Parts: sequence; structure tokens; C-alpha cells
Amino acid sequence: MSELNELTLAEARDGLKAKRFSARELTQAHVDAVEKARALNAFILETPERALAQAEVSDRKIAAGEARPLEGLPLGIKDLFCTHGVTTTAGSKILEGFEPHYESAVTANLWRDGAVMLGKLNLDEFAMGSSNETSAYGTVVSPWRRTGSDAQIVPGGSSGGSAAAVAAHLCLGATATDTGGSIRQPAAFTGTVGIKPTYGRCSRWGTVAFASSLDQAGPIARTVRDCAVLLASMAGPDARDTTCVDLPVPDFEAAVSRGVKGLTIGIPKEYRVDGMPAEIQKLWDQGAAWLKEAGATIKEISLPHTQYALPAYYIVAPAEASSNLARYDGVRYGLRVPANDIVGLYEKTRAAGFGREVKRRIMIGTYVLSAGYYDAYYVRAQKIRTLIKRDFEAAYAEGVDAILTPATPSAAFGIGEKASADPVEMYLNDVFTVTVNMAGLPGIAVPAGLDSQGLPLGLQLIGRPFDEETLFAVAQTIEDAAGRTALPKPWWA
Amino acid sequence: MSVDAQTVRRIAHLARIAVSEEDVAPLQGELNAILAFVEQLGAVDVAGVEPMTSVTPMRMKKREDVVTEGGRATDIVANAPETEDHYFLVPKVVE
Repeated sequence: MSELNELTLAEARDGLKAKRFSARELTQAHVDAVEKARALNAFILETPERALAQAEVSDRKIAAGEARPLEGLPLGIKDLFCTHGVTTTAGSKILEGFEPHYESAVTANLWRDGAVMLGKLNLDEFAMGSSNETSAYGTVVSPWRRTGSDAQIVPGGSSGGSAAAVAAHLCLGATATDTGGSIRQPAAFTGTVGIKPTYGRCSRWGTVAFASSLDQAGPIARTVRDCAVLLASMAGPDARDTTCVDLPVPDFEAAVSRGVKGLTIGIPKEYRVDGMPAEIQKLWDQGAAWLKEAGATIKEISLPHTQYALPAYYIVAPAEASSNLARYDGVRYGLRVPANDIVGLYEKTRAAGFGREVKRRIMIGTYVLSAGYYDAYYVRAQKIRTLIKRDFEAAYAEGVDAILTPATPSAAFGIGEKASADPVEMYLNDVFTVTVNMAGLPGIAVPAGLDSQGLPLGLQLIGRPFDEETLFAVAQTIEDAAGRTALPKPWWA
Repeated sequence: MSVDAQTVRRIAHLARIAVSEEDVAPLQGELNAILAFVEQLGAVDVAGVEPMTSVTPMRMKKREDVVTEGGRATDIVANAPETEDHYFLVPKVVE
């Protein structure tokens, strides 16, 4: 009965149902794995007592024949989701000691369905970053290494703890959030699957806000099926989030085995960017070939405003962040640095509590929203967003069912390798993912192979609004063709 | 457009973030790198284009105008660094 943490989430669920092992045994295997993997720094907080207590409840439910959809399945929770009575940091010093007196909608849905919480996962501070190097709780180390090297690699970000923990078999799946690529880029960097659903599919209530018109929660797991199972529980209407849609949640798991026969897959020529590594182009061509072989039609399409998505994002996201993060004032929760007057209190608290990247983005956001610049920057960026969305609508109107692109412009890089003085160098990581957030569409990253240095590479599929089902079907076809990526040897344990 | 040192100090104050004098120059460089990057948006023809206000075409949900929650003052101040009798404490703001 060893290595229960090597099962996929769906296998573990079926094993519990067949009573091949208990929820307690399954949870204990994961608690042990988490404890041995502290070198990865994937968890900000481990909650083994809570996990084992939840597993006991699950064993009773299973014995009584009352198992819920995620009964007894141990998960990690990105530390951006507020958890009742469990410290929530958002990866920032400014939320030091914050213990929410409420539960986020997404995590409440998971506990309603019987899931078990192993702890809170590390992330870039306020989800702002692409390498998990901006966390106040230290950088997460990827379980992956380049062939023949022991240099530390980033897991991507901002959901770096989620991706690393899933790849290293510390949890069966994890919650994550995606504002510009924060689910899909770390999934691609770690050989895991991650889906950002359509904006409005999951409630944002109780999730620490970064950029409200772009933020969306989703799962990271080791297979497409596992992501489908998790999203079905995470999603659903919620009256407390006015942007959360009142649509029933489809049977995502059933969609996984639909196949791609008769589907039209678009290949956007604008994603063939200058200087794209040959390996990435090859992977992309391979993905298209796999889908064609499985019965899909491949069609070249044009999304003419693609190149403007990333610069427009770096106006919209910081603008919304500067507004959302105004609440951290040293008065209501978290860190407080005393001063003689109220402005001094705000300024000193925020100077001490926010990290460099967060300050930078708040300041850019403050600037583009300030008098005299609002129309030139913010309004223009929102107009360009309309144009980006129209590009996708035109492609879908021509009969395209899903769009295939690379997930990232390169494989994962080493820790500290992109610490230059130019923040834009790091931002370019999200060049293929950010369009999806700007247009509110669903996107999934699925592992498709390894680069010449032995690091995972992923492909991205972009879908029609609220058609995650097609994404699961197409992603499963790629997963079947590519085979599961060889797991990293557990050097950390 | 680019920002000078004086503008960096002004933005920092608007954002209520204390910035030390030695931090002004590096911040100025970083902010200008971002502003240079977004400069290319000026090349896009946006004449007659509506700015996006809602990413999904939906009518904003509205609920009945009734009290749904309340009486949770203890919960609300529970995480505050300094409180007294369910009030948040701040330095004196009115002379």
C-alpha cells in the first residue's frame, strides 16, 4: 500500500470508493510527502491535523455510503483563498497574522464536496509574478531540474507553490488563480495541467483580489481528467459575486472522453513571434499533427491585435491592483507601522508591507489612473481590449472550436536568472496566456513534451466563452498522444 | 511618456507608499521601462471603439434590497492591529 500519493486524483477517488485504502491512509501518505519536501518551499502553512481530522470524517461518510464527489481527496490551497481560521497571507508581509473569519466561495465548495486540506501554498506576492520569486515567504523551487544539472529552477508563477506541489506528488490537485497566466504558465513549467475557466465561471468571493476584471480561479492537477473533476466542484453560481454567472456547471468529466472528431482547431499566425525557439515551434506543429490525426481539422487563423495584449494588460492590471490594494492601510488587518499622523501610518505601513514588484505595479496603476493620463492610458487600453475580444469572436464565428498555441515562449528558467533591472523581461513570459484573460475566455495548459535540457513544455488551448468542455476533450487528446511526462526523480525527499 | 524624479515622488505619495530618496532613481528607471513598453499602444487605431466595461456580456445581477448580514462587529475588528470597543483605532485626525 505504499506510494498512495502517486495515484492520480481520479484513481484515488475510485480506490477510496472500492475501499482499497482509507481516506486516512491516503491523507497520511500526502502529509508525509509534504513533510519530506520542505526543500521545495511549496507550502507557506501545513495543516496536517486538520487534514487528518477531515479524512476521519470522510472515512465515516464512505462507510455510510454517503461519499461526496471529492470525498477524502487531499488538496493544496493557494494562499490567496481566504480560509476560515487558517492564516491567509497572499504571499505578502502586509497580511501578516491575518486569520479570516470567513471562507472563500471556491474553497467552501471543495469542503462541501468532501475534499481534505493539506495546507496553504506559496505564491508570488498578491499573485504578481511569473516565477514565484516575489513571495515574502521565499522562492518556490521546482521539482524539475535540467538534465545533468542541480541548478534550481523556478516553478513559474504566480501559482508556483500549487504547480510544484502537484508535480512533486505532495497533493492530488491544487487550487490556483490566473490573472495573466498564473495557472497556465506554472502548469507548463512543471509538466502539470492547469485550466483558467471563463471569467465568471468561479466565484471570486473571498479570494484576495489583484485585478478584478481579469482574476479567475481554477485547478492545477496531474491529468486533464483530474482538472475536470476539480473544476466541477470549484465552479458554480454565487450571489455574493456579481460577475459570477448563473449558469449550471456541466459534467466536465464526461467531456474528457469526447474526442476531437469534427472539431476545427485554429492556429493563430500572430503567435509565431520573432525569436521563437525552434523547439517551441516544433512542439506546436506536433500538437497540431496529433489533433489532425485524431480527426480534427486544422485551420490557420488571424488574431491581429495579439501583440498589444501584453502592453494593454500592463495598464489594466496595475490600474485595478492600485485600487484593490488601497485597502491595506494598517488599520483593519495585517501589518501596522505606527506613525504620528494617519498619512504617515499609511505610508510607512505600505512601504514596509509591500514588496518591490507590488509597489511598482501600484505606482504604475496610480500613474495611469491619475488626472490627465486616464484617457491616454486606461481608456485606450480598455478599447484595445475590445479589439482583442473581437479578434477571437471573429475566429469563432468562422467555425473555429478551439485555438492551439504554445503555453509559454520557453521552458522554465533558473532561479535568479531574470533578476535584471528591466521588469518587462519577466512580463514577456505571459505573452501567450495574457490575451485569454483580456478577452475573458477559458484556456488550458497541457504538457506536450520536454525540451533539449529535459524540462517540460506545454501547449495551450483557448476556447469559446463557457465552453470548457471542448477544452477538456481536446486537451485529453493531446495528453493521450504525448503520454504523461516522466516525473522528476524525488531529489528533495 | 516618461516620468522624472519629482513625478515618482508624487505618485508614491498618491499611492501612500513612503519612498526613500535612494529608491527614487531605481524606481524611476523601472517605471520608465514599463511606460516605454506600453508606448506601442499609441500605434493602434481605436477610433470608434467602445472601451470594454464588462468582459462577459451580462446584465449585472441585482438582489432584493433587504438586510442579509450584520451584527458581526466582533468578527470585523478581530484582525485589526488596534481596536477599542468595536472601533478601529487610528492616530488623531481632527484637532
